[in-house]
Amino acid sequence: MTIAQKSPFVLSQRHLLGIEGLSAAEIVGLLDLAEEFVELNRRVEKKRASLRGRTQINLFFESSTRTQSSFELAGKRLGADVMNMAVGVSAMRKGETLIDTAMTLNAMHPDILVVRHHASGAVELLARKVDGAVINAGDGAHEHPTQALLDALTIRRNLGRIEGLIVTICGDIVHSRVARSNIILLNALGARVRVVAPSTLLPPGIERFGVEVFRDMREGLADADIVMMLRLQRERMNGSFVPSTQEYFHYFGLDTHKLSYAKKGALVMHPGPMNRGVEIDSAVADGARSLIREQVEMGVAVRMAVLEALSRNLPNA
Amino acid sequence: MLSARRPILLANARIVDPSRQLDFLGDLLIADGVIREAKRGIGAAGVPEATEIIDCRDRIVAPGLVDMRTFVGEPGAEYRETLASASQAAAAGGVTTIICQPDTTPPIDDPAIVDYVLRRARDTAIVHVHPMAALTKGLEGVEMTEIGLLKAAGAVAFTNAAKSVTNAQVMRRALTYARDFDALIVHHTEDPDLVGEGVMNEGEFAARLGLIGVPRAAETVMLERDMRLVDLAQARYHAASVTCASSLDVLRRARESGLAVSASASINHVTLNEVDVGAYRTFLKMAPPLRGEDDRHALVEALASGLLDVIMSDHNPQDVETKRLPFAEAAAGAIGLETMLAAGLRLVHSGELALVRLLHAMSTRPAELLGLPGGTLRAGAVADVIVIDPDAPWVLDPGNLKSRCKNTPFDEARLSGRVLRTIVAGRTVFEFA
Repeated sequence: MTIAQKSPFVLSQRHLLGIEGLSAAEIVGLLDLAEEFVELNRRVEKKRASLRGRTQINLFFESSTRTQSSFELAGKRLGADVMNMAVGVSAMRKGETLIDTAMTLNAMHPDILVVRHHASGAVELLARKVDGAVINAGDGAHEHPTQALLDALTIRRNLGRIEGLIVTICGDIVHSRVARSNIILLNALGARVRVVAPSTLLPPGIERFGVEVFRDMREGLADADIVMMLRLQRERMNGSFVPSTQEYFHYFGLDTHKLSYAKKGALVMHPGPMNRGVEIDSAVADGARSLIREQVEMGVAVRMAVLEALSRNLPNA
Repeated sequence: MLSARRPILLANARIVDPSRQLDFLGDLLIADGVIREAKRGIGAAGVPEATEIIDCRDRIVAPGLVDMRTFVGEPGAEYRETLASASQAAAAGGVTTIICQPDTTPPIDDPAIVDYVLRRARDTAIVHVHPMAALTKGLEGVEMTEIGLLKAAGAVAFTNAAKSVTNAQVMRRALTYARDFDALIVHHTEDPDLVGEGVMNEGEFAARLGLIGVPRAAETVMLERDMRLVDLAQARYHAASVTCASSLDVLRRARESGLAVSASASINHVTLNEVDVGAYRTFLKMAPPLRGEDDRHALVEALASGLLDVIMSDHNPQDVETKRLPFAEAAAGAIGLETMLAAGLRLVHSGELALVRLLHAMSTRPAELLGLPGGTLRAGAVADVIVIDPDAPWVLDPGNLKSRCKNTPFDEARLSGRVLRTIVAGRTVFEFA
């Protein structure tokens, strides 16, 4: 297998900080590259050598299980030396600033930094201070580009295309980086994007994102090909943004009844981790139309594609 | 007390329908709980068999009143008022629908309690009862309630009752959320910090009595804030009880800028003023307090122009023990269900307000705002109808009041005009003997 030679695809930028700024061709290029890794990941021998000798540091200022392990596995399968740093429990506790941490790590010459931070814009700030390539693994409520890419790959593999599909994103839009990245990506590839949420969970100005805005699941789900549910954080459930989990589930939780409003055979996605009985019912999450586990599988392939593509731009490549 | 549901013909009446600005002499026929028709000359020949024909010569026939703010003590303070006793008082006052407030014990902040109140009302009340639900859990002003589920259970609006939500972020989010459900938010606009220890209107009169005053700004500051938040949220908003001319200016500007805002004033604030407090009469202690005559006059003008939407009773039964205290220590509030119409007719008799406007503010407009049937004499509408003798003179004897508490500011007052008959859904529930 010589994947790299079959796909001489490169990104126009050193970092992947968001979907914003990627061209449709670049998005498609990443998805095509990821397709090849999906096949690779299903084999017994999953190892490539394209990142051999490279150092990848996963720098997570906000705890994450699935994204971090997905990036770790992706890097290892491409042959990189991967180190995980959970900063929440070390330097930041001692008062070190984001920039201090970045400079310290930079001195260790990492080739790729995968960064998650609770503050929007923090990853971009850090990217300006380091020499290697930076991948945004989620910054605040701003962007989570690899999630949007893996979602797009999942959709494309199931429905064969993205253009022209109706994709409805439901739930906590205002706090969701997943929603923002997905809205940008799906629009770039020609999908019709809708959002459905109570007004308290919609950012003012959302209607200017190129989405149709709904406050009612029946209307928002009508004719949808894909229903994408978002996680509602526990601290937002009890009277601050929505009155209660009971009311939220009643009006916005995806159960088989509400799913019946969507197109026949519509598929269900969730970036995880799920709150069963809050935004999604177990019967739907575990049902035949759920792509949730496939999304996890696509996550590794997409992250390999991103690592691979960015590594081609690294010096001495 | 309850008569059978025979058809009723109210004959030869002056029929006043504020929902259509109609005022004419004619007959009104009620059958099967609805108004069949109201026109000149239906006559005895044009009615079904067994129709009860009531001669209403020199009487006014109007829609039953819809009282937007009634405090009932059920559940939790049944000694003050039950749904049954409040409904008896309402019927005697021509009120065919009462909107009970959520500051009960426990507060009406859960769909199960809405359901409880509706069931109790169905079993014990002789007029329609609809609860407003709490806007925030426990009326604490911190977390919004289940506005969707409460509305589905039957709550007609959302309010923190006699308390303001001081946290603007909580208010903003509640308004924003409520809009999705087209829920009406009814807000008591008094900044508690500005109210402070105040017990009556701030000014010369309070100063002479040695009482701490409540500035008008306590109301306008909160109302102004709310208008900004309503502008952000684009929700339906109703000021629960405005009392002063400066609040009317705030409302006017909000209306002119297209906001869906409306407002009530209590019958007390449109008929009484701070001077009526006299020698520390605790039955005239209100929250917000009675204001100056200029304010009262401005409120009445605003009713006439339509800027002010609703007159409500602010019925608030208080036990003798909470009223027989020094003014500053006494509870605020007055009963009003039985006297709101007679007191309101003072404005008509004095020429300050047209009868049709008064009735509009007491029936049509609140029904519209709350999305309730009633408040109209249109054919097909629910037969919530009252018969009034507009001129009958009487002196209020608290001993005759149906309410469990007798804290009326019209104690021993001379009134002109009274309700002779109250019909709820086609059934006579009160007849003046």
